[in-house]
Amino acid sequence: MSRTREGTRVPAPLLIPAAIGVLFLTLPLAGLLIRTPWSQLGTQLTAPGVGQALRLSLVSATLATGLSLLLGVPLAWVLARSRARGRTVLRALVTVPLMLPPVVGGVALFLVLGRQGIVGSWLDQAFGLTIPFTTTAVVIAETFVAMPFLVISVEGALRAADARFEDVAATLGAGRWTTFRRVTLPLVAPGIAAGAVLCWARALGEFGATITFAGNFPGTTQTMPLSVYLALQRDPDAAIVLSVLLLGVSLATLLLLRDRWLGRAGTA
Amino acid sequence: MSLRAAVAVRRGTLDLQLDVEVADGEVLAVLGPNGAGKSTLLRVLAGLLPPDGGSVVVDGEVWDGDGAHRPAHRRPLGMVFQDALLFPHLSVADNVAFGLRTRGTGKPAARRSADEWLTRVGLDGLGGRRPAELSGGQAQRAALARALVGQPALLLLDEPLSALDARTRLTVRAELRRHLAEFRGSTVLVTHDPVDAMALADRVVVVEEGRVVQAGTPQEIARRPRTDYVARLVGLALLPGTAEGRTVRVDGGGAVSVAEEATGAVFAAIRPESVALYLSRPDGSPRNVWPVTLVGATPHGATVRCDLAGEVPLVADVTATAFAELGLVVGGQVWAAVKASEVAVYER
Amino acid sequence: MRVPVLLLPLLLALSACTAQDADAPPEEAAAGSAAPAADELSGTLTVFAAASLTDVFTALGEELEAQHPRLEVEFNFAGSSALAGQIAQGAPADVFASADEVQMDRLTGEALVESTDVFAQNAMMLAVPVENPAGIALPGGGGVPTLATLLPDDVTMAVCAPEVPCGALSAQLLEAAGLADVPDTYEEDVRAVLTKVQLGEVDAGLVYVTDVRASGGSVLAFGFREGIAPRNAYPVGVLEDAPNPAAARAFTDLLLSEEGQRVLTDAGFFEP
Repeated sequence: MSRTREGTRVPAPLLIPAAIGVLFLTLPLAGLLIRTPWSQLGTQLTAPGVGQALRLSLVSATLATGLSLLLGVPLAWVLARSRARGRTVLRALVTVPLMLPPVVGGVALFLVLGRQGIVGSWLDQAFGLTIPFTTTAVVIAETFVAMPFLVISVEGALRAADARFEDVAATLGAGRWTTFRRVTLPLVAPGIAAGAVLCWARALGEFGATITFAGNFPGTTQTMPLSVYLALQRDPDAAIVLSVLLLGVSLATLLLLRDRWLGRAGTA
Repeated sequence: MSLRAAVAVRRGTLDLQLDVEVADGEVLAVLGPNGAGKSTLLRVLAGLLPPDGGSVVVDGEVWDGDGAHRPAHRRPLGMVFQDALLFPHLSVADNVAFGLRTRGTGKPAARRSADEWLTRVGLDGLGGRRPAELSGGQAQRAALARALVGQPALLLLDEPLSALDARTRLTVRAELRRHLAEFRGSTVLVTHDPVDAMALADRVVVVEEGRVVQAGTPQEIARRPRTDYVARLVGLALLPGTAEGRTVRVDGGGAVSVAEEATGAVFAAIRPESVALYLSRPDGSPRNVWPVTLVGATPHGATVRCDLAGEVPLVADVTATAFAELGLVVGGQVWAAVKASEVAVYER
Repeated sequence: MRVPVLLLPLLLALSACTAQDADAPPEEAAAGSAAPAADELSGTLTVFAAASLTDVFTALGEELEAQHPRLEVEFNFAGSSALAGQIAQGAPADVFASADEVQMDRLTGEALVESTDVFAQNAMMLAVPVENPAGIALPGGGGVPTLATLLPDDVTMAVCAPEVPCGALSAQLLEAAGLADVPDTYEEDVRAVLTKVQLGEVDAGLVYVTDVRASGGSVLAFGFREGIAPRNAYPVGVLEDAPNPAAARAFTDLLLSEEGQRVLTDAGFFEP
């Protein structure tokens, strides 16, 4: 599977919109950097709660990505490979969180997992478990919003992957599970990695569903986007510093991962 | 009797009903145009597609039939696909060892067998490479090793040579022939190239629109085609001989000029449509020209299949118009000419 | 369901629903071609107002349009701090009405507001889901209870985040009651607190009296001793760069007039 490499010259009809696109996406970032009160940086960053919110954000986004991988990859497989009827309906349902305003998603989560919710009330009565206003709720809210990104990427990768490799594996004595583990999964690894990155980024920036379903409490449910929003109410400078911090940490993480993980998967 | 299959599949416009039997050590070629149902047959034999009816029995064990269906991964078989389809994420050696590992062989033993087979197919020392680093011919050899390493009861070859360029096809075909001769199980080879069928198979079944239209040895089929398709497809003259550079000395006498260099025992194969007939000796370019006698003529649609005797036995297809214009009659003398580039050469 | 606790919300709910429907002006008033008087106001009046003022300001705006057919009143309702931010960034507003003095002071500090008047006050109540899962009830013995006596030990409670006006007031109340550690979540605005109470996801929440009125009986509400005195003052001001200062002054005058005050108190606001 070799790809021919064209010349590096980009045709003008592509170059100009592409350049405008880059500006459109990066100028707001530049705006943040320009407005950042660098002299206050130290005091703002060491303010109580900042490290806590950042740590909570990273941990919960990573857990949400893990949960999304656990549930989303099999789901993507079902969407891409199963011939069951109602698959198109299922795909549409799975992408609902993409269209739903996240705040509505948060309310919907309440109706299922809240204390009065269909499942939540049972959990409460049977085990004394309440989900809202806990870190678990943060992870659930982020997973709800971010998992569709993973499912869609992985499903696309599965569709693009040559299904004949799965036939080959079968003729070599591999059952469906072995085939999935040893052939399908490695084949779509780059797609899974890309989906996981998207999912993680979306989870990291999640605001609406989180503040609705998990609430806002420092240390347990106050993630960075929540503290940025609240800081904006009182002290825009502090909000800018927090945003820049969140951006810096997430960009650094992604670049690091790209070298380690995507880089390797990309050569396969 | 090793493989006995009666397969019925209905899929859209395809209505497949094929009976095939292959003995141990025998190679059966299933020859037919695209869409005839050849690959579907292979998928059924592999267990990738449950048939709508019929049975597949290998070595006395029922793989399909009586409501039973043994899934592909439980069938002791090896399959080679058109594009090799080596797993891109595994090394060549891991590809070859894959079938052994899934069937429970330990890692070191599987690795040893894989290396042994890589040597047998001429890929000694390439086990550590990625499939993307192999040439097309090397990849197809590795795929063959991967299919054979588990000593399957049944070997299925799905157009194994058609993705290769002409020169590579020649050498891989010769190697494949050697490995098939050593293979003790049954082999089913699906192809649309009569040269493959003639060169590799002990018996040939010709399939058109889901039905067997003719079965027999390659020679029988070439000599007495029963449908126009078979006639067009398999009317090859197969000339055994010894190659030296660009010349093949035919065992029965005479010589054939070829375009590609070869040495040793070979077949020279000439398709009927590449044989041109003239009333007088044609001049010009270096090609094969022989005086021949027309010993038989059979019309097939718009063409006439001409059986020719001479220094080398040939079969020619000419249009009915040309046949009439040349005033050909059985027992008449004509000149037969074949371009060197039209002669296929492959090792015996 | 305990009966006594229903008394207070019922009383509040009964007095609530008078302002909006009755005073709706006829449609044709604005489109009429009456000869304009000399002092007639015209053009567009843009009012930036705290979200909690949505209902009353809409009613008052229609009132003003009825008085001045050539005037059109437009509102931008949002969180006070967001609005203050927009005005500081140069949004073209005539009037700013804030839910607390902190946000108004931000603008006075930058000399963006001419002068300000407090036109209303809002106080806090304890809102409880209709199902009342924590069994919150008035203690025996009568009188106005304290917050501490109302709240059971392991209550799940939502309040506004200290960054927004309602949160600043809530923090002050909880501090005074010695209950600063009680809340489980600090919501981005008072509506979010109310939603969580309505959904029954918290046992109790601190909301404005006006929110209880507007909720139309979908929550129970308790007054408490600490909630009576500290109130949020609602200041209004005409902006220095107001495009339509005359209309802006007419609106603030209406707000401070007897009629304006009646509409506000009907909705549950206290007089300044």
